[in-house]
Amino acid sequence: MMSRYFVDRISRRLVLCFGTVAFLILIFIAVFILKGSLPALEEVGIVDILFGTKWYPSHEAFGILAMFAGSVIVTLLALVMAVPLSVGCAIFLAEVAPRRISNIARPAIELLVGIPSVVYGLVGMVVLCPFIAHLSGTGSGSSVMAAAIVLAIMILPTITSISEDSLRAVPTLYKEGALALGATHWQAIHHVLLPASRQGIVTAVILGTGRAIGETMAMVMVIGNSPILPANIFAPARTLTGNIAVEIAAATGIHESALFVTGLVLFILIMIINSLGFIICRRKND
Amino acid sequence: MIKFSPRLTQKLAWGFTWAMGSVAVLIMLLIVGYVLVQGLPVINLDFLFSSPEGGLAGEGGIFSCIVATLWLIVTTMAILVPLGLGAAIYLSEYAPDNKLTHFIRYSVELLAGIPSIVFGMFGFAVFVLALHFNYSILAGALTLACLLLPFLVRSAEEAMKAVPSSQREAAMALGATRWQTVTRVVIPAALPGITTGIILCVGGAVAESACLYVTMGGSAGMPTSLLSGGRTLAVHVFYLAMETNALDKAMATGAVLIVIIIAINLITRWVSRYLQTRMKGGTSYGV
Repeated sequence: MMSRYFVDRISRRLVLCFGTVAFLILIFIAVFILKGSLPALEEVGIVDILFGTKWYPSHEAFGILAMFAGSVIVTLLALVMAVPLSVGCAIFLAEVAPRRISNIARPAIELLVGIPSVVYGLVGMVVLCPFIAHLSGTGSGSSVMAAAIVLAIMILPTITSISEDSLRAVPTLYKEGALALGATHWQAIHHVLLPASRQGIVTAVILGTGRAIGETMAMVMVIGNSPILPANIFAPARTLTGNIAVEIAAATGIHESALFVTGLVLFILIMIINSLGFIICRRKND
Repeated sequence: MIKFSPRLTQKLAWGFTWAMGSVAVLIMLLIVGYVLVQGLPVINLDFLFSSPEGGLAGEGGIFSCIVATLWLIVTTMAILVPLGLGAAIYLSEYAPDNKLTHFIRYSVELLAGIPSIVFGMFGFAVFVLALHFNYSILAGALTLACLLLPFLVRSAEEAMKAVPSSQREAAMALGATRWQTVTRVVIPAALPGITTGIILCVGGAVAESACLYVTMGGSAGMPTSLLSGGRTLAVHVFYLAMETNALDKAMATGAVLIVIIIAINLITRWVSRYLQTRMKGGTSYGV
């Protein structure tokens, strides 16, 4: 039998190895995606890929600007809808709702996190797209607008729950002080609680943005997937994520490499957004 | 500019937050309700126990998808749980407060933010192409394990950190090694949190589609080994919706997914409550 000291020494090394796995995966992802991107970056040129508006793989045109714009427009539109809704929800759950009601509403809203993105996409296809087609009078309804609405619903629970946590983390003394000075409950929320939890709410919005940029299958199902700059919000478009999902199985050579460039842009975009979140988060802790 | 009295402002603000809260709950009820109402009537034994036949009309059921999903969950968990728990044990019990630890923690956070399709692309390049697993359950499970790792590490680490250090000190004072302390004191005490984390990862595996779509392929046949391709329930919904006219069957598969997700939610609540009351009984032992 092995001595318990020996087991202790072995397991110490073992868990250290396991601890570094996350770091290694991150490095591997960066390296493999970069390696996959190099052929296209060399052959087509970085400027033509990043700023080209034409994506015709059969004609060797690999500009991803339209997809980049698609991702950004859909995400911004979704944020415009989701932020007031989520912050309102967070205030409702943390301050306004009676405990009996918030105890039912909170798990109900959190259930939205678990619902698979394909189910959101499916409901979007069946319910939302026909409605939007009816509204705009043209096309099938697969559009930037449909994608933004679906996305807003998908990031709602993320922003709500983190904002609620940060509202609840404000020391009750602050609120009591405001109330003691004769402020109404809403004045205390508006002038004390919200400013005190501002950084938490900004972090929540940033994490929601990251989630929105990365969403794939639901977007593929409702956005129409045309790799062109959308003329208006009722026109179809394509996201960076969708570009990869739709084409990678059939792609070879430079086409495949161009898709890796799409992934690389997505990776860098997410890294920037999340690092921003960490910086704000850290400032709060200091 | 009109200036409202504080009382009226508060009334308006209350109206706004009540409206936002109700809208959010209503959205959830509408989505879940719609899928269940449309989907459940289509489900019968024949649908559950026959496999998809392909074709534009989406004939057949979802049996092979259920089997592929189960294979995927078991394989993913076999890779993920030891890895995730090991990393969490390191971070919570061993890691000194130095640069390396900060680095590891930072990479766990960054990994959690990377989109599923980027993991899919990585899995496609490494597991499908470079390692020649082709489109297979194994490639999907490895990719999914990478994707879920940060979530398991975070929840398990949080659970272990919540164990009072007095319990560790007591064990060490009795002469236990650090590893004995971890396995016999910390992990049992953190079990509710760890179990909840694992169950939530199972939920994530059921719901995930993007990274599996590009690593498992879309073959609807019955999986025969870890190296055969497969189509999970979520990916099947995507295929039915995009490539067939069988939107009713897509809804039915969606309904199955929602039932599974709700069940997982209820089980998590139940498990953490059950284990917590049992733990409380455990710690009051002998008092």
